[in-house]
Amino acid sequence: MSDITARGYTHPEVLVSTEWLAAHLTDPNIRIVESNEDPLLYAAGHIPGAVEVDWTRDLNDQVVRDYVGREAFEALAQRSGITRDTTVIFYGDKNNWWATYAFWVFQLFGHTSARILDGGRKKWEAEGRPLTRDRVTYPASSYTAPERDDVTIRAFKEYVLQHVKHGGQLVDVRSPAEFTGEKTHMPEYPQEGVLRGGHIPGAKSVPWARAVNEDGSFKDAAALQAIYQGEKQLDPEQETIAYCRIGERSSHTWFVLTYLLGFKNVRNYDGSWTEWGNSVGVPIAKGAE
Amino acid sequence: MTDYPPRLQTALEDFSFITTRAERQEYLIQLADRFAEVRVPAHIATRPYDEQHRVPACESEAFVWAVPNPDGTLHYYFDVLNPQGLSAMAMSVILGEACNGAPLAQVAALNADLVFGFFGKDISMGKGQGLMSIVTLVAYEARQRLK
Repeated sequence: MSDITARGYTHPEVLVSTEWLAAHLTDPNIRIVESNEDPLLYAAGHIPGAVEVDWTRDLNDQVVRDYVGREAFEALAQRSGITRDTTVIFYGDKNNWWATYAFWVFQLFGHTSARILDGGRKKWEAEGRPLTRDRVTYPASSYTAPERDDVTIRAFKEYVLQHVKHGGQLVDVRSPAEFTGEKTHMPEYPQEGVLRGGHIPGAKSVPWARAVNEDGSFKDAAALQAIYQGEKQLDPEQETIAYCRIGERSSHTWFVLTYLLGFKNVRNYDGSWTEWGNSVGVPIAKGAE
Repeated sequence: MTDYPPRLQTALEDFSFITTRAERQEYLIQLADRFAEVRVPAHIATRPYDEQHRVPACESEAFVWAVPNPDGTLHYYFDVLNPQGLSAMAMSVILGEACNGAPLAQVAALNADLVFGFFGKDISMGKGQGLMSIVTLVAYEARQRLK
């Protein structure tokens, strides 16, 4: 952990290293949670003791475009053997993209005892650390969650509209081609049903993956400050809204700004471009910043 | 469905009996584990691959080659450059085993929606579209030979 604490983060305690996790695999006070895009990765091999949280099945309502409600979240925690006192360690594929998404949803329900495995699945595998196909089950826990907090770290479209009108800070974490309007999804992904391309006026373009190193670990605070506060001139004292296409990539940037750089008030607009780019009458900008 | 290659039809029927996500994952991983059997050999292609063989919209960086057999059917080879692209590997094995040597008309008739017969509905839109694009490219190669 010394490496992490030396990187200058505002909240270094929110990250754990692969070394630390390897030494705590049987710690009864933690629960390791893997969250991926590829539905086969967990089953093909996961960190011993880890349970899976699938973003489509476990975190999203199956009918309404929204996250699960309190009861479904409680059921997820209970079948994962998680109590309100359990420290949940999230990790996953794609540089923890989906792990930070799960982390963010857990914060909507106030589960603050949560960490991210620095480097995620990529770094764990690269270091030759153990993976298993054995599925573990834990005794059902008792878990009572508060109602989902949609106010503190989440932004809805009307809120974003007001934010834009007042010249508030926005970070668009999609690829440059999505930002300019050339594409409506990441390169190599299908260009799916969004009627307009471009970005929310005033947004700064910082593709989410700029926050990580080649090995999947987070860049140190100085490097992150150089990007977000230096190059993009974002003020950590001002409210910031991050968005992407459906709110998953932006949860990664929300994590970086909130915990690693200590920005005071960061929200994730999970409606993101699939909502904004399909909405009637909302302002859109095209081209570079 | 009845016009699909028989091995594909059988595989789809087998998967239709799967009732749990874990069981589905287990079968798909078993398929992905056999990816070496359909991976493109060096005498067909070496990296860096010609971009014309790249599967569009597949973020696992899948590639497909269709090599004519003496009887006019096709032998399909695949590669998946992302080592974590297990779903793309499983889909490649399914298609390779089912379509190699199959009548071109049957392969040309493949509907990309068959992906969901194997993977179920609980996959992301991006992942589903990528897998469907592999199917589409395999069928496209067969249609080109039918012209």
